[in-house]
Amino acid sequence: MTAGMRERLDRAALPAAERPTPVIDVRGYSFWYGPTQALFDITLQIPRRAVTALIGPSGCGKTTFLRSINRLNDLIPSTHHTGDILLEGVSVFSPGMDIVSLRRQVGMVFQRPNPFPKTIFDNVAYGPRMNGLARERDVPERVERALRQAALWDEVKDRLREPGTSLSGGQQQRLCIARALANEPEVLLMDEPTSALDPIATERIEELVVELKRRYTIVIVTHNMQQAARIADFTGFFYLGRLVEFGDTAQVFTRPRDERTEAYITGRFG
Amino acid sequence: MSVPLPTFHNRGDRAYRVTLTGLAALLPLLLVVVGAELAVRAWPSIHRFGFNFLWTGRWDPVTEVYGAGPLIFGTLVSSLLALLLAVPLALGVAIFLTEFAPKWLRRPVAFLVELLAAVPSVVYGVWGIFVLIPFLRGHVVPGLKAVLGWSPFFSGVFYGNSMLAGGIILAIMIVPYIAAVSREVLLAVPGSQREAALGLGATRWEAVWSAVLPYGRAGVIGAVMLGLGRALGETMAVTMVIGNRHDIGASLLQPGYTMAAALANEFSEATTGMYLAALFEVGLLLFVITVTVNALARLLVWRVARGGSAGSRAL
Repeated sequence: MTAGMRERLDRAALPAAERPTPVIDVRGYSFWYGPTQALFDITLQIPRRAVTALIGPSGCGKTTFLRSINRLNDLIPSTHHTGDILLEGVSVFSPGMDIVSLRRQVGMVFQRPNPFPKTIFDNVAYGPRMNGLARERDVPERVERALRQAALWDEVKDRLREPGTSLSGGQQQRLCIARALANEPEVLLMDEPTSALDPIATERIEELVVELKRRYTIVIVTHNMQQAARIADFTGFFYLGRLVEFGDTAQVFTRPRDERTEAYITGRFG
Repeated sequence: MSVPLPTFHNRGDRAYRVTLTGLAALLPLLLVVVGAELAVRAWPSIHRFGFNFLWTGRWDPVTEVYGAGPLIFGTLVSSLLALLLAVPLALGVAIFLTEFAPKWLRRPVAFLVELLAAVPSVVYGVWGIFVLIPFLRGHVVPGLKAVLGWSPFFSGVFYGNSMLAGGIILAIMIVPYIAAVSREVLLAVPGSQREAALGLGATRWEAVWSAVLPYGRAGVIGAVMLGLGRALGETMAVTMVIGNRHDIGASLLQPGYTMAAALANEFSEATTGMYLAALFEVGLLLFVITVTVNALARLLVWRVARGGSAGSRAL
């Protein structure tokens, strides 16, 4: 075990309130796809147990940034970065960081619901089983807890053996949220989780996000500014790979400091 | 603007359509005609031997008693042995090429693997006689006998031409089919499935094993069955190395026979009507088995390639 891992585990053992805030501390992070720079010197701190929204036009690096936090960008060949991202005070890029345990601590929900072609139960049990978080006889309890947290339990409790793909789009997305929560992560990354859903399903997910921030730190990428205004405590505005403005949601939407932010939220471009 | 519906008031168009429809119908028709022809020619044998033909082992042109038991047995054993050896290898190649190989390596290796399918059967047969069998005799069989010689599967003296040699040749011949189709299937698995698994803390291997393969399961099974279909019908290479003896035995080191090999070897010697009818019945059996296996395989692959989560629904 490396020193970095030991330190991280020690911190994880502390009660949440005593752990250093913020949860995620981004320091001068830049990112390149081959020769093309996608992110420029991003610095921000993501507060614990709050909803942080990242807004901005398409192709401005929001998703790239989100996927840097759980290192999902590692899969893309010939990318590189400078700067650092710290989770609970430890660099996610440090040699001692076990990428599997990083992704267990940082759950992710994607743009389109992507349940496995397995039963509802097995979808949610996937993480705990694979990561060895629960003995097989404790798995059902964990699955129920995750489904309850994702506000899906009452709808599926009688059909846990049916395929996850048989649910409606909104239910599938909540199933994917439950699947991420079953790992009991510290952080939940959500990449436009409602972009493929109808308004009613979207509203349910938004209510759920607000509910979940009591236990989890949530970072949500959204194209929908009203959504950010409705559910986020903090908002960051990305433009052309730079973090133009970051602050309290009310402040960003009512008294933006940067004129580009103002132009975007008043609908002059984007 | 709506697309105009096709109309066929034009005489040229109509003639063209009728011709093409006729040509397209010809192929399925051919399949039916071949099956019917085989059944008619096999009728004397079917009538005389009934179901006994399927499991009795006597094949005696002198007394005109025929039983295809050893042929069916040999066909199944050599094909299953081939699958046993080929499936892990082919799946390994497909997984390596879609999930792990560096980009620059993927196309060339996939190309070379598929090129294996272009080698003529008789060349595999010659290679089997002059390379594979001496290699088995010198390096593999002594070891097998030392470790597993107590089991009935590896008993007896190894002369070279054997079920084992036939199975290995078949395995090499079907690897490219299974690998190529499995690769197509794995490529059709959406990236979002891999990301879902990785995002939950799966290693890349766990993501392949627990998310990608289950998603494409039906298609992979289809690929394996396509390989099985090839193995069942393969004739030349097997005939050259399997030993061609009408015999049922547990030992893989002993000679065997397959339906396809018997057909190839014995038609020229079949002088009596009943001998011919028996061979036609063997042909009919082989035809029905391979057509069924291939149809099922195509169906499975098609359902996955069409998208959706066919992987779970098909099975």
